[in-house]
Amino acid sequence: MKESKEELIGYLRKMMDIRLFEEKVMELLARNIIKGASHLYAGEEAVAVGACSAIEEDDYITSTHRGHGHCLAKGGKLPEMMAELCGKATGYCKGRGGSMHIADVTKGNLGATGIVASNLPVAVGAALSAKMRKTNQVVLCFFGDGASNNGIFHESLNMAAVWKLPVVFVCENNLYGMSVAANRCSAVQDMADKAKAYDMPNMICDGMDILDVKETIKKAVERARKGDGPTLVECKTYRYFGHSRSDPRAYRTKEEEKEWRNKCPIKQFSKKLTDNKILTEEEIAQIEKQAEEAVESAEKFAIESPYPDVRELMDDIYAPSPADLLNGGAIR
Amino acid sequence: MREILYKDALVEAMQEEMKRDDRVLVMGEDVAIYGGAYGATKGLYEQFGEERVRDTAISESAIVGAAIGAAITGMRPIAEIMYIDFITQAMDQLVNQAAKMRYMFGGKTTVPMVLRTEGGAGRCIAAHHSQSLEAWIMHVPGLYLVMPSTPYDAKGLLKASIRDDNPVVFIEHKMLYAMKGEVPETDYIIPLGVADIKKKGSDVTIVAYSRQLHVAMEAAAELEKDNISAEVIDPRTLKPLDLDAILTSVKKTSKLVIVSEGYKTCNVASEIAMLVMEHGFDLLDAPVKRVCAVDVPVPMSPVLEDAAIPNKQNVINAVKEVCQ
Repeated sequence: MKESKEELIGYLRKMMDIRLFEEKVMELLARNIIKGASHLYAGEEAVAVGACSAIEEDDYITSTHRGHGHCLAKGGKLPEMMAELCGKATGYCKGRGGSMHIADVTKGNLGATGIVASNLPVAVGAALSAKMRKTNQVVLCFFGDGASNNGIFHESLNMAAVWKLPVVFVCENNLYGMSVAANRCSAVQDMADKAKAYDMPNMICDGMDILDVKETIKKAVERARKGDGPTLVECKTYRYFGHSRSDPRAYRTKEEEKEWRNKCPIKQFSKKLTDNKILTEEEIAQIEKQAEEAVESAEKFAIESPYPDVRELMDDIYAPSPADLLNGGAIR
Repeated sequence: MREILYKDALVEAMQEEMKRDDRVLVMGEDVAIYGGAYGATKGLYEQFGEERVRDTAISESAIVGAAIGAAITGMRPIAEIMYIDFITQAMDQLVNQAAKMRYMFGGKTTVPMVLRTEGGAGRCIAAHHSQSLEAWIMHVPGLYLVMPSTPYDAKGLLKASIRDDNPVVFIEHKMLYAMKGEVPETDYIIPLGVADIKKKGSDVTIVAYSRQLHVAMEAAAELEKDNISAEVIDPRTLKPLDLDAILTSVKKTSKLVIVSEGYKTCNVASEIAMLVMEHGFDLLDAPVKRVCAVDVPVPMSPVLEDAAIPNKQNVINAVKEVCQ
């Protein structure tokens, strides 16, 4: 492995943060402390962490309804995230976005969306902007297998390809769009194949293997940064929980779930680290304990945080108009 | 003052703003080489090149979505959707993304984009190219809505829209592109949310916008002959709406007629009427009247098309009823 020990520990820790965060969210949903919908990312950690470790801090991502992992991997902080999920004033979006709209625009996370595939053209626009501003930034656009069946997926890939934009489309193929298996609703089984229609290079990687994800995305990012245009990368992965909390998962078997649990990205990566004598099991247990404590403290922060002041209900619907529009220069 | 066409006023507005601010770009179907389906982007491609004036695929969602993505990352895009009828294909991006991002993300982003489109009837191009869907836009928190009725307003309002930090839906009327009017060569803006009194009067207030402003003006001229003095107010921006200007006028006239080319049910006029009732019921001496399009898909046949939308006589009749 060519990464430094610190980097590798960082990846492991981030994946553990995501896993434990999601398990905590599941618990808080059951206790009705978190209201509303939450689509958990557990099982897919290697994709977010692998992909985000292949980009720079000032690069952009656009995210999905299953966006907690992306947010954390792009540098999001556990307390602000948990507070957002709880609808608290201290959350990333002041409690207005919640789980499905978690965003930290100032850190390049252009936001999660509650509408499948809705973030794709936004990623295209961000990439267009990066290209026009000549900033050399790239955009990672996360979406699921289900989104690749939506019309806007095709509009977005086409436009990105025509304009040779620095965007990497990252398809997280977790086999199901809510309850419908990908093989029942997509005419092709490798979502990566859909890039062919747009003369766009594609790659497939093991979404349960963080280093494979990182290496693959890295190639696509390098291409984008060189000005060679977009790539579609498909990461084969699996979500451990249901689509959302109300989902009894009757559409898939226990055996299938077990099979994918055996491919757990955290377990696999931990084993790799111990096999290569980079970390001992004790050290890994220690890292997990730190993650646990961090999630506990995020929970505490969120629970103790106040709800937003209802007087702020109407704030931030509109941006203030520049002063020159309000006075001066006006002819009525 | 020199007179130029409404469409040229729009071109001039974009030209000036693109010169002033290199973050401004234009994209849409046929906006570059062709110069826009109605000629409202003519010459921009030649002047600013293909980097800043972009022909796109026929992909309304992607056009609006890409404008949003560019806007939140530091550009100031102007996206053109050829006909407002086609925004149905981009409603997700407009309503769920552009309008909501700032609020949903805790006020931490702005979406400084303009969605230019056109609407209205009058060219016999039937139900998919003739609608007035502004009520849909007005309904959604987070969007601004601008509908200029004159070349002068078109230039000043478009420049203001481009400079504004909010997503602005800017609806032009297909029957106004060839209209001539006085437009200063100077750099001027008309602030959003400021109505204009197009004709002073004392007996009745007529609120009308976009092409119907001119219908209302013709009606007002005719009403003068019957000694009815109508004050005609053009809100120019429906959101933010200059309710104060409307109330001030109603205070003077005590009567109100609202004219709109949108379908009658849940029309912009319904909202304005209700707002006046809420804020100025005591000012009214007669029930508010609205003159709107008939609730029917706009038909092609010229006879039917004319019958579907308001005309001068409809406005005159409504005014006479409230003035009885």
